[in-house]
Amino acid sequence: MADDEEIILSELDDEELVLQMHDDLYDGMKDEIEEGVRILIERGWTPYDVLTRALVAGMTIVGNDFRDGILFVPEVLLAANAMKGGMVILKPMLVETGAPRMGKMVIGTVKGDIHDIGKNLVAMMMEGAGFEVVDLGINNAVEKYLEALETEKPDILGMSALLTTTMPYMKVVIDTLKEKGLRDDYIVLVGGAPLNEEFGRAIGADAYCRDAAVAVETAKVHVARRHNRMNA
Amino acid sequence: MAELRANGPHFLRAVPDLSEDKMTDALSRMLQTREWLMADGATGTNLFNMGLSSGEPPELWNIDRPDNIRALYRAAVEAGSDIFLTNSFGGNAARLKLHEAQGRVGELNRTAAELGREVADASGRTVVVAGSMGPTGEIFEPMGTLTHRMAVEIFHEQAEALKAGGADVLWVETISAAEEFKAAAEAARLAGMPWCGTMSFDTAGRTMMGLTPAALVDLVTKLPNPPLAFGANCGVGASDLLRTVLGFTAQGVELPVIAKGNAGIPKYHDGHIHYDGTPDLMAEYAVLARDAGARVIGGCCGTMPEHLRAMRAALEIRPKGPRPSLETISEVLGGFSSASDGSDDAGPTRERRRRRS
Repeated sequence: MADDEEIILSELDDEELVLQMHDDLYDGMKDEIEEGVRILIERGWTPYDVLTRALVAGMTIVGNDFRDGILFVPEVLLAANAMKGGMVILKPMLVETGAPRMGKMVIGTVKGDIHDIGKNLVAMMMEGAGFEVVDLGINNAVEKYLEALETEKPDILGMSALLTTTMPYMKVVIDTLKEKGLRDDYIVLVGGAPLNEEFGRAIGADAYCRDAAVAVETAKVHVARRHNRMNA
Repeated sequence: MAELRANGPHFLRAVPDLSEDKMTDALSRMLQTREWLMADGATGTNLFNMGLSSGEPPELWNIDRPDNIRALYRAAVEAGSDIFLTNSFGGNAARLKLHEAQGRVGELNRTAAELGREVADASGRTVVVAGSMGPTGEIFEPMGTLTHRMAVEIFHEQAEALKAGGADVLWVETISAAEEFKAAAEAARLAGMPWCGTMSFDTAGRTMMGLTPAALVDLVTKLPNPPLAFGANCGVGASDLLRTVLGFTAQGVELPVIAKGNAGIPKYHDGHIHYDGTPDLMAEYAVLARDAGARVIGGCCGTMPEHLRAMRAALEIRPKGPRPSLETISEVLGGFSSASDGSDDAGPTRERRRRRS
């Protein structure tokens, strides 16, 4: 494993470099990720390939290990921060080259809940997986969600609550969507420490996501399903 | 109601030196003479049943609906709790800011403790009023923006108000970061108050920030002002909480251990949250918690007065048993949320290529 030789990113071949970038993401090394992204672009990689093969693939490992209890919140925040460094470089190039989009999500914690650690993790991991994320922040009343759905036209609505005192509010939002006949226009994902699958079902969400990694996987499955349905 | 009595004198430990200043608080005295103490149950779940609506900060009820808060406290005392927590969990400036009530920290916390004092003093026995202090909801730098100094200031403001209202002890709970635990400890020192501290082990048997039960033991024993007792609250379910308690006591720690677990798992029924743990299950949990080495035993979310009564009765009637194994715990209370809690080095790991030096 460890050798004391210094790792020079530019001296690694593509395959080695990508693997090293996965490791560097895992260790939350932002400068090294930025350098790796630049090298791959210079070598003629498309921005989309850099995003998916180096960054998204690396964040998938981080997400899996978070799900499995190997990594915890501080490590994931550092990894996501490193990823963000890479994204700052890639984002304008991705827009320019018209790279394919995974989908769009509007996300926020519900009214009364200021606990945004989990919500931020989901937002970062979703961005890491190539989704466009509109973050409404904390303490969102139903009107705020409706307004954002109207203007952003996302595929997914994500709601988060950490408290038993705030989790019932998710149902208020879903019920309002139903009343307005908008419920089926969106994939509704919910999450937060006190929630569980049964709760998600009971309030009428499409899925409960146990953690940020599960949220990404669930979002991919539901977006693909929706896409197929719309094309049928 | 079952007759309440202190466990017999054979549980007396070392003769306490009552001349010491720190021994003058009610909790220290009770810990000296009793083998176990029963804490209270849920605050949020009980207040919901009284009509608190989702998203509303419960602390405002200290001023707006004091009779409900008295009823909350009294229900715990009447169910046999030796300790109850004040309705001030989210009463720090960082949390109250959300409701534009950050200017009311003093008033809300002082009243939370005053109402508690009133109920405890009217009970006719010694009941400890524990000033609840929950997390700030912020992340420490470098990942977040919270500094040690800011966190100490936030907790200190709340601690002084709880002290002024007559709390016997500060009760720091549901913490997940070591930095936040340390900041709360320092706030207690600045306020000149004895304190207790519990963390929430809800992520694969660790705290959200990755702390193992052993890491908390290491943390509390190194603090310049250690808590009177420490432990775990909330988290996933009763089984996980007891695994955490075993993780503490395996370290051979001398400080009393607190177990405050949820009454099962939350379920949604007709517009409100219901926890699926029965009073019988919580009675089993309480006895196993004591057998695992916990000395302060209570509930958290979903734990209602009927649960507390069943716990108290079981603790009084049933003799102390051997330290339970993980197998016993899962047989009696149900399985764990993860295969390992990080204590046994048996958890999953990742093979690494090569690390940068």
